[in-house]
Amino acid sequence: MSVLRVDRITKSFDQETVIEDISLELNKGELVSLLGVSGGGKTTLFHVIAGLSRPDQGRILLNNVDITGRPGQVSYMLQKDLLLPYRTIEDNVALPLLIQGMKKKDARKRVSGYFSQFGLEGTQKKYPAQLSGGMKQRAALLRTYLFSEQVALLDEPFSALDMLTKSAIHDWYLQVMEQIQLSTLFVTHDIDEAILLSDRVCLLTGKPGHITREIRIEEPRPRGKDFPLSRRFLEYKQQILSHLESQCSETISVS
Amino acid sequence: MTKKSPSTISKLWSCSAVLAVLLIWQLMTGSGMIDAFLLPSPLQVGKTLITEFPILMEHSVITLSEAFVGLVLGILLGFFMAVIMDRFTFLYQALYPLVVLTQTIPTVAIAPLLVLWFGYEMMPKVILIIITTFFPITVGLLTGFRSADPDAVSLLQAMGAGQKQIFFYIKLPEAMDPFFSGLRISASYAVVGAVISEWLGGFGGLGVYMTRVKKAFSFDKMFAVIFLISFISLLLMHGVEFLQKLCMPWKQNPAGK
Repeated sequence: MSVLRVDRITKSFDQETVIEDISLELNKGELVSLLGVSGGGKTTLFHVIAGLSRPDQGRILLNNVDITGRPGQVSYMLQKDLLLPYRTIEDNVALPLLIQGMKKKDARKRVSGYFSQFGLEGTQKKYPAQLSGGMKQRAALLRTYLFSEQVALLDEPFSALDMLTKSAIHDWYLQVMEQIQLSTLFVTHDIDEAILLSDRVCLLTGKPGHITREIRIEEPRPRGKDFPLSRRFLEYKQQILSHLESQCSETISVS
Repeated sequence: MTKKSPSTISKLWSCSAVLAVLLIWQLMTGSGMIDAFLLPSPLQVGKTLITEFPILMEHSVITLSEAFVGLVLGILLGFFMAVIMDRFTFLYQALYPLVVLTQTIPTVAIAPLLVLWFGYEMMPKVILIIITTFFPITVGLLTGFRSADPDAVSLLQAMGAGQKQIFFYIKLPEAMDPFFSGLRISASYAVVGAVISEWLGGFGGLGVYMTRVKKAFSFDKMFAVIFLISFISLLLMHGVEFLQKLCMPWKQNPAGK
């Protein structure tokens, strides 16, 4: 059953169409990646799904309810952690609950239960500046999760981290996802990351951007550390690369 | 030998500079190079400060209460202006030039007019202080409100936050730093503003005391009151810094892991 349905979305800015006729379905507990070059309209699509801007055409459905142009339904997370520097981690994470009108005391209580699950023990009373980059992204992810347990939109959430931290956070992410089964739409320009984390990878190419290919990653979960070194992994990567190359005559800035 | 922190060393330097100025002053006046009735020596000023202390305190209470009332009202006005100017763009465009214009009015010129309009009591003094203190507050807050990260604002919007929540969760805390910078300036303006308005009419206060001792050519008392005003201003600025630390706990040891 699909939790989120993106139905034929088209959006343009200043006469220029950025994304065209994009349709997507996200099933419960599934992780779908949108993979494409930078500036391909991925962020525009996220703003439309999050209700921050209205599409020219098309609809967004959450559990079969039309939420087009209505913020406050699905949460998103960016490359920047956007933790507010003047709030403790605990109060940052509790922010979506406070915005929904929960009392501060109740919100803190509710939040505290998740800290160990997300590997954030002992950071409750700290300020964001006191945490490492990887920890901050975990906190931001917990905040995203607390906002909506249904759908999370992650916009290149790990791309600002260094390689080792990134790899560690991938392992952690796969573990946490096993437990919480969050339906996730994941934007990235990192092919390895897309294959490692996703159930399906949607390739967004062209100008205006549209989805030209969808690849299912059949690898069973939980996925181990050896998956990225396996032959199957390389075959997926080959498939994706050759598709991207056939689509873009321009230089591809994938990492 | 123990290592000294950079701030201790910089304090050492600034203290010795002040001491050096006082020492040179003392030597010049003490040796008779400058006549004592034109410029009293620092030691002389110190002695006067002690003997005049009870009277100075009486006047200080008056000046400080004017400064306090004016500053509080100035903060309130500054806050109100900043909030409405941030909320409504047309008000920002309409009022900003007007707000800047109020700062070009010379205080000394407007003070006697205020005395004519509002009498010799507290009212004209408070009004003058409001005019001089609200500006740094308004500008500080506006800068802060506008420095809010637009990505953080849209994230909160995506979470369903309204204007009010965005204001309290992002804009207001974002503006704390520039607000306190403004307040530091405003606090010292408030004291100076009170003194200036007392010069031009009043029954008590450090400014009134100043005009009296000037007419009597008691330069030692004049300097005593100047010392006192500087000291009060410094004290107020430190008070603001202390308040800032209390209000912004996240600024404490930000690098500690």
